Amino acid sequence: MSVLTLSLAGAGTLFRKEVLRFWKVAFQTVAAPVLTAVLYLLIFSHVLEERVEVYPGVGYTSFLIPGLVMMSVLQNAFANSSSSLVQSKITGNLVFLLVTPLSHWAWFVAYVGASVARGLLVGAGVLAVTVWFGPPPLAAPVWVVVFSVLGAAMLGALGLIAGLWAEKFDQMAAFQNFIIMPATFLSGVFYSVHSLPTFWQTVSHLNPFFYMIDGFRHGFFGVSDTNPWISLAIVGGSFLGVAALTLRLLATGYKIRA
Amino acid sequence: MPAVRFEHISKTYTGARGTLRALDDVSFGIEPGEFFGLLGPNGAGKTTLISILAGLGRATSGRALVMGHDVATEPAAARKALGIVPQELVFDPFFSVRETLVIQSGYFGVRGNGAWIDELLECLGLADKAKANMRQLSGGMKRRVLVAQALVHRPPVIVLDEPTAGVDVELRQTLWHFIARLNREGHTVLLTTHYLEEAEALCGRIAMLKKGKVVKLDRTANLLSGTASTMLRFKTDDALPPALAARARVTGRIVQLKAHDAAEVERDLGVLREAGVRVEDLEIGRADLEDVFLEVMGEAGEAVVA
Repeated sequence: MSVLTLSLAGAGTLFRKEVLRFWKVAFQTVAAPVLTAVLYLLIFSHVLEERVEVYPGVGYTSFLIPGLVMMSVLQNAFANSSSSLVQSKITGNLVFLLVTPLSHWAWFVAYVGASVARGLLVGAGVLAVTVWFGPPPLAAPVWVVVFSVLGAAMLGALGLIAGLWAEKFDQMAAFQNFIIMPATFLSGVFYSVHSLPTFWQTVSHLNPFFYMIDGFRHGFFGVSDTNPWISLAIVGGSFLGVAALTLRLLATGYKIRA
Repeated sequence: MPAVRFEHISKTYTGARGTLRALDDVSFGIEPGEFFGLLGPNGAGKTTLISILAGLGRATSGRALVMGHDVATEPAAARKALGIVPQELVFDPFFSVRETLVIQSGYFGVRGNGAWIDELLECLGLADKAKANMRQLSGGMKRRVLVAQALVHRPPVIVLDEPTAGVDVELRQTLWHFIARLNREGHTVLLTTHYLEEAEALCGRIAMLKKGKVVKLDRTANLLSGTASTMLRFKTDDALPPALAARARVTGRIVQLKAHDAAEVERDLGVLREAGVRVEDLEIGRADLEDVFLEVMGEAGEAVVA
């Protein structure tokens, strides 16, 4: 068996194992985040539906749904790779992977692939439930697919970086609470950045998460704060940068090979 | 071609408290089919050396080869030829025993090896635990799964890092029966253990490591015959005369004195009689590997904790 086919077979196994890992506790990893997103939707739509119209003819609930879906996709993609890796490191069972012939590419493809799978599954769950609230239109579904997959892949890779870096659970929590959460919440999930003062609009435009959510939302309404092609270029570029760093860390065995 | 080859391996850790030289120019080879023992006190560098072989750590200088493959430049080929049983009792709590073994096979690109997995489960006494979740297993059972995991891809070289530390007699026997069979079938085995009688019974050759250096490497038989080969053992409550106290190994009431021949035994007994030491349960036996180990470690300087 050539090194390439061996690596592909190994990556396939690691991907399946990572999917099984979250699927076996799907109540916690899929159902719980769907419920959280629905609670956000219930509360915010109750308070704001009659008061806010973000785009002409688009009610607040409709506007909010894609944002919540994408937020769930991103947060769960990050949670999957980061928690799996940090748990394996701390409990020591990462040794089962470290002694295998799997290349750094195989690790990357498998962990990021499983993150995308969980992110999309949770996102689809949120979308399915929100149909009851009046589904948003699907003006350009290709953008929905492109931005959700790319966004989930980027967060999956960020999760790998966090998982490699963190040596303790509280370090992982810090990464999640002080970097991922603010970047997601301040990216236009709950509002259009055009409603912000100019300074904060500029700040928002420096946040790659903003372009993920804006491009994703464009797929539903056909309108967005930024041209989706520009968003694609920025999200795609960010993903390539993060992926290159992740692959480098994996290849050098950063914090996993002494 | 040796199954395992270490060439001038050194490993230095640099930390806040200065540098630590864990391995210092270690070189030796293990031939295919050998049952090789690596002994040494805690902190001698055994696990560091094995970690470098398995790709868990990197040597500061020198190189390690498995079946001719350099672990640093051809990691995939080297790791495919190696099965390692880690010292720590680790497991993945999400999976059953069989799932764990199927997944581990997959990492090595091995599919459809159900018959071999069944055989591993059978030989290691795990057959009735195949569907049990890893969390439900006792420590000894988890250890058996670690051994099975190391063997799923039928590696030509098997490394066991303290596999019997803290496990019951039954498992030790099951394990050694099975590993000895694999060795007879041609697998090369590298073993580290704290149980010197195991090393004596199983290993054809033994390397002794102290403070990162190989201080002795020979056939087990040569090690045993090369030392003072007679051992005088007895129990006493009295203090030993100074001449003997300096040479004696004392464990509670039990005293052991090494001797080169029968004349030396007679002289020692004479000294004990003159000093009026009351001796019980006197016996004269052959020196074992523990004696050799203590002698070698003593020669290499400082006290030893085996």
